[in-house]
Amino acid sequence: MGDRTEALRNRVRGAFETGTPLSIEGGGSKRFFGRRPAGEPLAIGDHRGIVNHEPSELVLTVRAGTPVGETQAALAEHNQWLPFDPPRHDPASTIGGVVACALSGPTRPWTGAVRDFVLGTRIVNGRGDVLSFGGEVMKNVAGYDVSRLMAGALGTLGVLLEVSFKLLPRPARDRTRVFEMSAGDAILRLSGWARSPHPILGAFHDGDRLHLRLGGSEPAVAEAAERLGGEAGDGAVWETLRDHRLPFFADDGPPLWRLSVPAHVPPFDVPGSTVIDWGGAQRWVRSDAPESVLRSTAAAAGGHAVCFRGGDRERPFHPLDEGIAGLHARLKAAFDPGRILNPGRLYDGL
Amino acid sequence: MSNSTAPGIDERPRAVRRRELAAELLTFLPRESVLTEPEELRPFECDGLTVYRRLPMLAVLPDRVEDVQRIVRAAAAQGVPVVARGAGTGLSGGALPLEDGLLLSLAKFSRILELDPDRRLARVEPGVRNLAISEAADPHGLYYAPDPSSQIACSIGGNVAENSGGLHCLKYGLTVHNVLEVKVVDIEGRLLTLGGESLDAPGYDLLALITGSEGMLGVIVEVTVRLLPKPETARVVLAAFDDLGRAGDAVAKVMASGVIPAGLEMMDSPAIRAAEDFAHCGYPTDAAAILLCELDGTEAETAAQLEEIRVVLEGAGATRLKVARDEAERARFWLGRKSAFPAVGRISPDYYCIDGTIPRKRLAEVLKRMRQLSAEYGLDVANVFHAGDGNLHPLILFDANQPGEIERTEEFGGRILEICVEVGGTVTGEHGVGVEKLDQMCVQFPAHELEQFHAIKRAWDPRGLLNPGKAVPTLNRCAEFGAMHVHRGNLPFPEIERF
Ligand SMILES: Cc1cc2nc3c(=O)[nH]c(=O)nc-3n(C[C@H](O)[C@H](O)[C@H](O)COP(=O)(O)OP(=O)(O)OC[C@H]3O[C@@H](n4cnc5c(N)ncnc54)[C@H](O)[C@@H]3O)c2cc1C
Repeated sequence: MGDRTEALRNRVRGAFETGTPLSIEGGGSKRFFGRRPAGEPLAIGDHRGIVNHEPSELVLTVRAGTPVGETQAALAEHNQWLPFDPPRHDPASTIGGVVACALSGPTRPWTGAVRDFVLGTRIVNGRGDVLSFGGEVMKNVAGYDVSRLMAGALGTLGVLLEVSFKLLPRPARDRTRVFEMSAGDAILRLSGWARSPHPILGAFHDGDRLHLRLGGSEPAVAEAAERLGGEAGDGAVWETLRDHRLPFFADDGPPLWRLSVPAHVPPFDVPGSTVIDWGGAQRWVRSDAPESVLRSTAAAAGGHAVCFRGGDRERPFHPLDEGIAGLHARLKAAFDPGRILNPGRLYDGL
Repeated sequence: MSNSTAPGIDERPRAVRRRELAAELLTFLPRESVLTEPEELRPFECDGLTVYRRLPMLAVLPDRVEDVQRIVRAAAAQGVPVVARGAGTGLSGGALPLEDGLLLSLAKFSRILELDPDRRLARVEPGVRNLAISEAADPHGLYYAPDPSSQIACSIGGNVAENSGGLHCLKYGLTVHNVLEVKVVDIEGRLLTLGGESLDAPGYDLLALITGSEGMLGVIVEVTVRLLPKPETARVVLAAFDDLGRAGDAVAKVMASGVIPAGLEMMDSPAIRAAEDFAHCGYPTDAAAILLCELDGTEAETAAQLEEIRVVLEGAGATRLKVARDEAERARFWLGRKSAFPAVGRISPDYYCIDGTIPRKRLAEVLKRMRQLSAEYGLDVANVFHAGDGNLHPLILFDANQPGEIERTEEFGGRILEICVEVGGTVTGEHGVGVEKLDQMCVQFPAHELEQFHAIKRAWDPRGLLNPGKAVPTLNRCAEFGAMHVHRGNLPFPEIERF
């Protein structure tokens, strides 16, 4: 427990010298995610703890191995939160894992994503240099935005040591409304609502019903509930959805795909079952359909598909265009010339 | 500016190189799009930071993406560096031309390609003015949130290149939070799409990386922005203080209150008086400082928040609170703030705008130290800034015609930025490093971080042909600067050889 910076730096430096691949592990809760981990485990879990939380500044700096649950609980004491509401697919989920995998919860379309709240990072690059980018201030354009680049890089560009986040007060009021309607109607209804500034914080369709989360100031939420209608719903559903504890996400069953698409596109006609989250922008699909079907469906709609859990681990992520793939390879070399950090976890060759 | 030498030095006279490149460009561009004469090049000699001026070797004004690709390829083939330019309102010399370089103006790319109210997005060319997007979205009850004070003039391409902020970024985010997709031409002339209409894209977050990259990584040729529904109401309250420090502390208290204002701006007495003289906006000219705090949302919500904020401001020692009665008064309050720069321009022959950002709780202290420095340097300062974000904009008043004043002003500005770094902040919140803050980058970043920035640059632009010499100082430059400027007794960059 505590600050393990020196030990982690030395491990990476040693691995760089000997050309030993490292497999970075936070809580180990996301071993299922991405391509198969390869290399000697580099455990981050002991590098944990809140480095700085200043409620009045609305900033938090936390070590990467800190569990997400512990972090949110500490913030809740001050009535604050990480508004992208990171999922905890497992109690062991760490802040580093959430940032590396760029996982945002059901609030994402309305509050912003992980990367939108990242203000700064401290990392070890593939040479074993400890580097700091960004900081704890709200606006910072000194140098390239390396901190945001870390979100979603799956540890292939650097080992995350610390992350600084912008925080927000928790919404004063949180209410859930439920509407019986088809998925197609839900998407149309949501598109219409999005034209006005309603205090929406979540919108998901479970196959039969649309669940709408309203969050914000007392009067705004009360007015919106009045205007938008629906029946009173259970607020616990958002955590269940966020942490993949709905029966839909159960371990057995066909592979779980995530289709990230523009919110307005009508429901897809793919074999299997679908849960629509993010007001339409994130579609969870359980399907045995071939990879090509899911990829082309997402791409045709202007998005991309990830094989999130189960299924083929050779190519979980959407293939990159040639020019973009080249850039990825060159950026990887710029951060990790020995290709020792989570090699191949994101794409083959990275 | 020792940093601007072009790589792969071509020994032939500039006139010959100019003629050769122009001839090649004229094979596919009309004569009026290729400028080579000094009088034609004059309008491009500087950006909003007018103390630095330089004529480019030539300037090109294409209006088709294919032509940008061919221009970049032609320049790269001849080893000529390329400096992209939007509207030239930048305040850090980012678009300052290079004597041996090509100035690529995106001004003719001024079309809104698509605006879809149902998908709440606008796809625009890079030269489109920031305000033009909100104007086009207005009939649909939508707007583009980031609103720099320069929004009537600055281009969206420049906004992406600088990750610009604005008066309402406190609640609605910076450029990086409001852009969905960017198309760039890289130094090889390839057209790359970063991001997309979905909320994330596969692979690395290159959209975040290009945002704020100051024209160093690629030329932005198309931008898709997210549009937001306009809030139902917005109310602004003006709070007057008889002490600058108290106003600074009030900012921290507002931010800790649990209410997130749409905007929270601060002006000090010289700025208040200049703005009042210029715009007659109803500011109390006897105040030491004012805060403008805007709240938005539904009617009932805004009223409730206004009440909460009123209590906080009174508790923080405001001597007077004035809530704008109607839209006209609200517009007037903001007009004063938005015209503060030109207003200050009327009370001083020249001014120099600083852009450091600090933790909000250090505002009062930093403002106080700034006043001490102002006395030390014998130069007045007017403060007008994005207080809610802790983003300072001290305007140092000077007269460029007085010998030595520019140098004194720059040194004073540098000292302010070093204080910002010292209290845990940054040398630039939104205006970028450009050529202006290269030395202060050496104060903010150790060598390893700068090395990493250079490695990123090489990944995109191995020969260093896109806007070379800007944004990230060379380690040699930092070593020289460090030798002049020993920081807190430690020699920075001890590992770099001195010469
Ligand atoms: C009075 C005044 C008020 C201002 N207020 C604010 C404010 O409130 N907030 C704020 O953030 N800024 C402000 N600014 C600064 C400035 O307006 C912004 O930085 C703006 O985004 C610059 O846009 P531009 O089109 O003028 O870019 P330029 O000045 O032309 O260029 C700026 C940089 O971007 C690069 N660039 C431009 N276009 C492209 C492109 N298409 N592709 C690649 N690189 C490109 C250039 O190379 C250069 O490095 C203000 C400036 C003035 C003069």
